[in-house]
Amino acid sequence: MHTTDYLIAGSSHAALEAINAIRMHDGDGSITVVTRDPHRPYSPTVLPYVVSGRSTPERVFLRDDDFFTANKVDYRSGCALAGLDPAAHQARLADGSTIGYRKLLLATGASPIVPPIPGIERVDYHVLRTLDDATRLRAAMAASKNAVVLGAGLVGMHAAENLVKAGASVTIVEMSKQLTSGYFDEVAAGMIEQAFLGNGAKIRTGHRVVGLEPSADGATLKLDNGDTIPTDLLLVAVGVRPELGYLDGSGIATERGILVDDTMRTSAEDVWSAGDCAQARGFFTGTPVMNAILPDATLQGRIAGMAMAEDPGLKPYAGGLPLNTYHFFGRHAISVGSAAVPEGGRAQVRFDAASGRYLRAVFDRDERLTGIFGVNEFFDAGVMAQLILRRTDLGPLRERFFAQPLATGRELMSQLWR
Amino acid sequence: MGQAYSTIAFDPAKCDGCGKCMTACASVKFDSTDTTRSLIQIVRSGGARIEPPRPGEFELALCRQCADPKCVTVCPAGALGKNGTTGVIDWDASKCVDCLLCTIGCTYAGIALDEHSGRVSKCDTCEGKPACVPACPTGALRHITTARIYNEVGSWEDLFAPGLAGCQGCNTELLMRHALRRVGPDTVLATPPGCVPGMGSVGFNGTTGTKVPVFHPLLTNTASMLAGVKRQYERVGRKVTAMAIAGDGGASDVGFQSLSGAAERGERILFMVVDNEGYMNTGMQRSSCTPYGAWTSTTPIGAHGRGKTQDAKNLPMIMVNHRCEYVATASTAYMEDLYEKLDKALAASERGFAYLHVYSPCTTGWRFQSALNIEVARKAVESNFVTLWEYTPEAGLHFTRPVDKPLPVADYLKAMGRFRHLSPEQVEHIQNKVAENLRFVRKIAEQADEQ
Ligand SMILES: Cc1cc2nc3c(=O)[nH]c(=O)nc-3n(C[C@H](O)[C@H](O)[C@H](O)COP(=O)(O)OP(=O)(O)OC[C@H]3O[C@@H](n4cnc5c(N)ncnc54)[C@H](O)[C@@H]3O)c2cc1C
Ligand code: SF4
Ligand code: SF4
Repeated sequence: MHTTDYLIAGSSHAALEAINAIRMHDGDGSITVVTRDPHRPYSPTVLPYVVSGRSTPERVFLRDDDFFTANKVDYRSGCALAGLDPAAHQARLADGSTIGYRKLLLATGASPIVPPIPGIERVDYHVLRTLDDATRLRAAMAASKNAVVLGAGLVGMHAAENLVKAGASVTIVEMSKQLTSGYFDEVAAGMIEQAFLGNGAKIRTGHRVVGLEPSADGATLKLDNGDTIPTDLLLVAVGVRPELGYLDGSGIATERGILVDDTMRTSAEDVWSAGDCAQARGFFTGTPVMNAILPDATLQGRIAGMAMAEDPGLKPYAGGLPLNTYHFFGRHAISVGSAAVPEGGRAQVRFDAASGRYLRAVFDRDERLTGIFGVNEFFDAGVMAQLILRRTDLGPLRERFFAQPLATGRELMSQLWR
Repeated sequence: MGQAYSTIAFDPAKCDGCGKCMTACASVKFDSTDTTRSLIQIVRSGGARIEPPRPGEFELALCRQCADPKCVTVCPAGALGKNGTTGVIDWDASKCVDCLLCTIGCTYAGIALDEHSGRVSKCDTCEGKPACVPACPTGALRHITTARIYNEVGSWEDLFAPGLAGCQGCNTELLMRHALRRVGPDTVLATPPGCVPGMGSVGFNGTTGTKVPVFHPLLTNTASMLAGVKRQYERVGRKVTAMAIAGDGGASDVGFQSLSGAAERGERILFMVVDNEGYMNTGMQRSSCTPYGAWTSTTPIGAHGRGKTQDAKNLPMIMVNHRCEYVATASTAYMEDLYEKLDKALAASERGFAYLHVYSPCTTGWRFQSALNIEVARKAVESNFVTLWEYTPEAGLHFTRPVDKPLPVADYLKAMGRFRHLSPEQVEHIQNKVAENLRFVRKIAEQADEQ
């Protein structure tokens, strides 16, 4: 049986940061990475650009073989984790072999949700999470005339834009009343919607798909109001959830994801988890939340790696903050923090129709920033996130901050954490 | 050995917000007059609304070329990476997919959207020649290239044994290793009693602490013994550097007679004094280099004692009066300056007596936190408590780091415990002494200018 000091399952952002953190403190402990994906590490976030042709599959890799050699990492691709025995410190792989570990990191991310729509098993559909998904979608896109995107989250919207630009007629079907809900507020979502409509996309918000039938071209969707939509390319992008099958029988505590404490430790001894598969403390709620975004995956991966290597410099997790950037038809949208107005707090909004600049900032009752959202209004999201995480009292600066978030944010940064 | 890199430093106390750096950057990088495109951004701080703006009211947003760059870790496209040679975080425009995630990762506003191009932009230090720095008229921006020294010196052989028995935070290890690396293996080293042998130069258990011949003369005869060793090598035709690393006690008190004699005879040796203003190794007794008012174990604080009652002897100025081949003062807070002087002293020691006086704060004896050594050393210079200059008989004396707007000496005194008891009168005495010392050295420097 192969044994290793550090076993890491997954090869994406959380895993890569954990490797860095471990090697920062422990130069010698053996590291083995097992990943389901057949490729070298890459980011799911870059995939829309592989679909659009902006990037190419050969150019997306985040590490080369030299990295693994230099860091003494045994990298095994196409090698999925299938089961765990935490008491014995052993992991079972899909090929039936077993690996013994001293410490284990579960960084297996998330997979697209495939909703249980009657008939879905009989039609051909796409998802977008892996490089192979992207290559397949790009090939299909070239021939598509009538595409349907199910789900108006950022993944779906980005793909829809690609399809529009590739010349297909595109319909976006979304269950909730608003596009990109959870990321952007009504006004911003309205701007996004206008941009898509203006570019010829059709939008069917507030509708569920109740059935799918195979057709000569591809499939026909049936909506809850009885409408039917024929399509030759169906992309399912209704969200993600971690696949936790390999935990069966391991006794590791889960809710929506793998429950972890502020050092990313799971309920089992010597097992950590980070990234999209982990459910860690939310900054605003204090309770465990799913915050499946790239920056959080890197941060959690770093913390997990430091904890595993027993790095005394470890600072516990401050809690996950929603952070998103999004481009649509030449415009950009940025969201940092929570859109909900806390009790006793307030939201401030400005919109300039001529320039299309939109800004919404949310403050709590103590004049501390809790969220900021902009369309075509650039501010330093990393600085804003720090202002929120540091619970900075904006006090007398609030008006100026709202008028000039870029300059005022930088000014505060220089004083608070230069 | 890790790589050190050059960096752009900003002194908010000097910046008056003129914005010339931004003009230069926008022009060089984008051929534009729009300063919002500049990769260096000066921002008004503290909501100050005083017109015209004054220095101290401006802050900087500029990429720090992090060693642990968060922008790199969050980039999904592999478009950002640290250049191992230059230290710059390089941005590969052809890989970047304009997702703006790096602007989330960076907490320093070091990478931002350039609205004209729709792409992110960040400082690349202009291939090692930043255009903003020469454009700055106040000296608020400086390009610090000291890293070159560390990289170069790092590749030379370390001639001290690994691990030293020094106090935590003492900068003498830095001095010993750097100086010996610089002078190289063909050196005979004299280390009279003091912190340097205490740290291990003379070794442990019958082996020396250096990889060059080292000896442990008496406090009294260091310079004469070393002169004899050097002459013997010259007689047998071997070229070696004869170097002493001595404390201030060993040089200015009991060792002064042999030091003065060797200087007067023009012996070809390099005499480096590590001045920590007292006999620190033996329990922090006063020396003639201990400043007025300072606590030492022999100038205690109590019902009557208020620290040392005499002023320090200005030993380097006395050495100038020997008309040595080379005399200089240096500080570990200014390594570039120290290095230049070490090079010159080494060259001068081939011709005659070279004397290098390095001010060296003592964490234990001066009573400050071990992390603050360089800070204390810097404050000593910034308050003119010590001055950095060099002297040769041909060129006379010149300041190498003149201080235009010195800190009040109280700022320096407050940085450590040995002056904690000072009365306002004592502080005033020291401030006056600083002024007097400065006048004295300046006079000599002015004479040199008149030549
Ligand atoms: C199209 C798309 C666009 C996105 N855009 C953004 C964006 O703009 N901003 C943002 O913040 N986030 C975005 N995300 C989300 C972001 O990519 C993820 O949050 C991030 O990749 C999470 O990293 P991770 O390391 O936790 O997991 P993942 O990136 O999901 O990687 C999981 C890894 O685990 C491996 N694995 C899975 N199962 C197993 C197993 N059983 N055994 C072994 N290995 C396994 C996989 O092969 C993979 O290497 C996007 C995601 C997608 C799909
Ligand atoms: S852009 Fe920001 S995170 Fe990246 S190196 Fe510069 S300062 Fe550091
Ligand atoms: S904008 Fe470009 S450099 Fe920045 S994270 Fe995205 S791909 Fe990387």
